[in-house]
Amino acid sequence: MPFEFVINGRSTRVDVPANMPLLWVIRDVLNLRGTKYGCGMALCGACTVHIDGQATRSCITPVSEAAGKKVTTIEGLSADLSHPVQKAWIELDVPQCGYCQSGQIMSAAALLAKKPRPTDAEVDDAMSGIICRCGTYQRIREAIHRAAQMHAAPARQKASPMKKANKPGETAAMTPHELAANGATGVLSRPEGAAGRAGTPVAPQTTGAVGAATGGAE
Amino acid sequence: MSSATMKVDRREFLQSAAAGATGLVIGFYLPNRLEARAAAAEAVTFAPNAWIRIGTDDVVTLVIDKSEMGQGVVTSLSMLIAEDLECDWKKIRTVFAPAAKEYANPVFGMQGTGGSTSVRGMWMPLRTAGAQAREMLIAAAAEKWTVDKALCRAENSQVIHTQTKERLSYGSLAEAAGKLPVPSDVKLKDPKQFRIVGKATKRLDAADKSCGRAEFGIDVRQPGMLHAVVARCPVSGGKVASFNADKAKAVRGVKLAVQISSGVAVVADNTWSAMQGRDALEIKWEEGPNAALTSAAIRKTLEEGASKPGGAVARKEGDVTSGLASAAKKIEAVYQAPFLAHATMEPMNCAAHVRADGCDVWAPTQFQGVNQMTAAKIAGLKPEQVNIHTTYLGGGFGRRAEQDFVIEAVEISRAAGAPVQVTWSREDDMQHDFYRPASYSRFEAGLDAEGWPVAWSNRIACPSIMSRFFPGSVKDGLDSSSVEGAAELPYAIPNILVDYQLTETGIPVGFWRSVGNSQNGFFSECFLDELAAAGGKDPYEFRRRLLQKAPRHLAVLELAATKAGWGETLPAGRYRGIAVLSSFGSYVAQVAEVSVDKKSGKVQVHRVVCAVDCGRTVNPLTIEAQMQSAVVFGLTAALKGEITINKGRVEQGNFDDYQMLRMNEMPKVEVHIVPSDQPSGGIGEPGTPLIAPAVCNAIFAATRKRIRRLPIRAEDLV
Repeated sequence: MPFEFVINGRSTRVDVPANMPLLWVIRDVLNLRGTKYGCGMALCGACTVHIDGQATRSCITPVSEAAGKKVTTIEGLSADLSHPVQKAWIELDVPQCGYCQSGQIMSAAALLAKKPRPTDAEVDDAMSGIICRCGTYQRIREAIHRAAQMHAAPARQKASPMKKANKPGETAAMTPHELAANGATGVLSRPEGAAGRAGTPVAPQTTGAVGAATGGAE
Repeated sequence: MSSATMKVDRREFLQSAAAGATGLVIGFYLPNRLEARAAAAEAVTFAPNAWIRIGTDDVVTLVIDKSEMGQGVVTSLSMLIAEDLECDWKKIRTVFAPAAKEYANPVFGMQGTGGSTSVRGMWMPLRTAGAQAREMLIAAAAEKWTVDKALCRAENSQVIHTQTKERLSYGSLAEAAGKLPVPSDVKLKDPKQFRIVGKATKRLDAADKSCGRAEFGIDVRQPGMLHAVVARCPVSGGKVASFNADKAKAVRGVKLAVQISSGVAVVADNTWSAMQGRDALEIKWEEGPNAALTSAAIRKTLEEGASKPGGAVARKEGDVTSGLASAAKKIEAVYQAPFLAHATMEPMNCAAHVRADGCDVWAPTQFQGVNQMTAAKIAGLKPEQVNIHTTYLGGGFGRRAEQDFVIEAVEISRAAGAPVQVTWSREDDMQHDFYRPASYSRFEAGLDAEGWPVAWSNRIACPSIMSRFFPGSVKDGLDSSSVEGAAELPYAIPNILVDYQLTETGIPVGFWRSVGNSQNGFFSECFLDELAAAGGKDPYEFRRRLLQKAPRHLAVLELAATKAGWGETLPAGRYRGIAVLSSFGSYVAQVAEVSVDKKSGKVQVHRVVCAVDCGRTVNPLTIEAQMQSAVVFGLTAALKGEITINKGRVEQGNFDDYQMLRMNEMPKVEVHIVPSDQPSGGIGEPGTPLIAPAVCNAIFAATRKRIRRLPIRAEDLV
C-alpha cells in the first residue's frame, strides 16, 4: 500500500504494509540507517525521530501514521553537524559506543526546540526515555545545557574555531577535521565547566578533577 | 621508562607491509562511502608495518586492530601511534583491521578485544611502529638532502633539516621511505616529550556518532543482501523437533525458511518481514534436559556446591582453621549474585556472504581471530579465504566475544546462496545470552580481641566460563575467572583461604564487563565492611590500616576518601560507603553517597567519587568516560539486574522487565586520576565492580541492614 510523506525535506512514497513500523521503513526501505533499532517497544528510544517536530518512537509508529507528515531523522537534523546539539555533543565528547546517540540527539533537539533553556529536571524528564548502556548521561546533561547556550548566543558560534581552540573553555564545536585544523596535534583541553560558568545549575566537577590530576602527572 | 627499543624481524614486517598495502584498499572496512572513495583514490606508497600507511597525498591511515565498542580505542590507539610517528593529527584517518596474524592480541595470542587489554598490549607495539616509520621518513629525507640523519628531525608530518630549516612533508617522502629497510632498533620518545599521550584528547569518532554516519554491524548493506531472523528454542540446550513454515512463507517479503544449528531461520527482503515470518512459524521443540529448570533449583545447586569441602584452592596463606579457632569473634555470611544479561544497545547481528571461493563476514565483533576459523569451518573454506570486516560495535561488554551470531549468519548465507544479515530482536538478545554467572559465596572470618581480622575463609560456587571458552585454562577444577576479585584480597590478614567449587547450572555463561570481579568485588568488599563494623572500626580507617603493604590500593582509597570528604558531615539522610579493588592492572576506589527512603526502600545514589590509578595515562577524557560508564553499568546491575529462569526459560525479554539505569537516576560521578609512571593498566572494566559494594556499604550506614544478595531489593531494606 503506498504512503507519502516528507522525509528530511524530500517527498517520498513507499509501497509497504500499513502496519509496517516507520523504523523499518526508514532503515530497510529508505536506507537511512542512522535511526537505530533497540527494543521494538518504545522502551529504549534508540529509534527516536521527529514527526512534525515531535520526538516520536519510530519502532511502534506504523508507517500509516506518518502519511502526509514531515519526518526528520538524524541524517536530516543538519547537513554538516551544525545543529547546536551536534556541536555540543562533539565539544563535550559525549558518544561512547554511539549506538543510542541518534535517539539521544533527536530527543535533545526536540526538547530545546520547545524549551530553549531547560532545567536539569526538564532535561531528565525529556531524556529519561532513552537508554544509554555506556552511561553517557552525565555528558549528555552537560551537552544539552551547552547546546542551549549556543542556541542563545548564535553569533559566538560563528567566530572562528581556530582562535577559540587555544583558550581553555572557549573551544567551539568542531568536527575531527576542524579540530585537527586547529593546531599541531588537534589535542584540546576539555572545556572547563562550560555550562557551569554560564550560571546553569550543572557543575561538571569531574572535568576539573581530571584536568588537575593530569596536570600533576606531567 | 625514558627510551626503549624493540627488535624487529625485518622480513616479517616487509611481508606484513605487502599484505597490508593491498588489503587496505580492497578488503578493509570503511566507515562510509565517501571515505571509501577517498581511500581508493589515495596512493599508498609507504607501509612500514601492519598499522601505518602513508600516501603521497600526506594522508596517514592508521589501522586499528581492536574493536571500538565505546571504550575509545580508535582514539587511544591512534594517539599511541601518532606520538612516536610525529604525524599531523589532522591528516589521520583510521580503518579497522582485517583478520590477520599480525593483529593477534599480544596479551592472549588471538585477534580480539577484551580483558581491558588494548592499551596494555599495544603500548609498545604501536609506539614502536610509529617510531620505525618516523625513522624511515627521516632517513629518506637525509638521503635527499645528503646530510646525516642526526641533522634531521620529524614534527607534524614533516621532516625538518635542523640547519637549513628546509622541510619535506611525509607525503613527499613516502615513496623513498618505502624503499628503505625497516630499522630493527628504534628509539622511542622520552615520555617527558609526549605531546599527545597523556593529554585530554577528543574522540576521533564523535562526529560520525553524532550524525548517524558511524556504521554498526546492523547497518551493513551489501548488494542483493537479504535479512534474516532466527527462532531459537526458548530452553537452553533444546533443539528443533519439527517445524512447518507454510504460513511463514506466505508473509509478504519472506523468501526462505530453513533449519540451522540454532533453530529455524526466516529470510526475507527486509528485517520486519523476516520478523513477521518468524511469528508465523509453527515449531515443535525438543526442550532437552533443562526443560524443568528454575531459579530456585539453580540457587539450591549453587548452595550445595558451596557446602562441599575440598574445592579448588585459589589462595592459601597461613592456616585458616587455626586462625578461626583462635579468634575472639567469628563472623559468617553468605552472599549471592544473579545471572545478568549484557543487553548491548545494538542487539546481536552479523552479515555474511558465503561463496564457493571465499566468504565475507561483516560483524560487530570482539573476536576476529576465532570468527575467521569459525566461518571457514562452516563454509568449508580455509581461514585465509574468509574476510572479517569489523564494524563499530553498539556495545560489547564481552557478549561479542562469542561466535553464535557469526555461526548463524554464515549458515544462513550458505543456505540462501546470497549475502544475508541476521538480526536479533531485543528478546532474542535477552533470552539467548551467555550470562554473567550466578554465584554463591560463603564467608567465615575471625577477629582478634582488638577487632582486627586474623582469618578469612571464602568458598565460591559458580559456573565456569573458561571450561567452555578456553578449556585448557581450567586446571584441577580452578577457573581463575570465577575467583578473580576474591583470590587477590589485598588486606593484611595472616590466614586466608579462598576456594572454588565449579558448579554448572545448565545456563550458558560468558564474559561480562569485569567478569568474576563483578560479583566477587561486591562479595569481598561488603564482607570486609562487615568485619569493620563487627570490630567497631570506621570502614575507611579499617581498610587503610590493612592496606599498609598495598600502596597502590591505599593511594586510590585515600584519594577517593579525601575527595569525597570522608568523615565530614553530610546533608540529612545521606550516607557514604566505600570500596576498593584492583583488576585488569588498575586500581580503583569509589565512595558512594546514598539515601534510602525508609518507607519504600527506594535507594538513590547522589554522588560517586572515583579514584583511579591506571598507570601511565593515554587519554584522561577516556578514563573519565570509562569510570562514568562503569558506574552506570555496575549500578544498573546493583539496583535492577537479574535474569531469572522458569521452566528452563529466561523470564525477562525487554527493557520493561530487565531495566536499565536512566538519566533521572544518574548520580554525579567525579573522577580523580592518580599520577603514575607505572605500565598502563586497563580502563574499560576496572570501575565496574566497585559501585555495588560502595552503595551497599552506604546502605548499611543508612539502615544497619546488610545487602547480601543482588539486586538490591526494597524488602531487604525495610
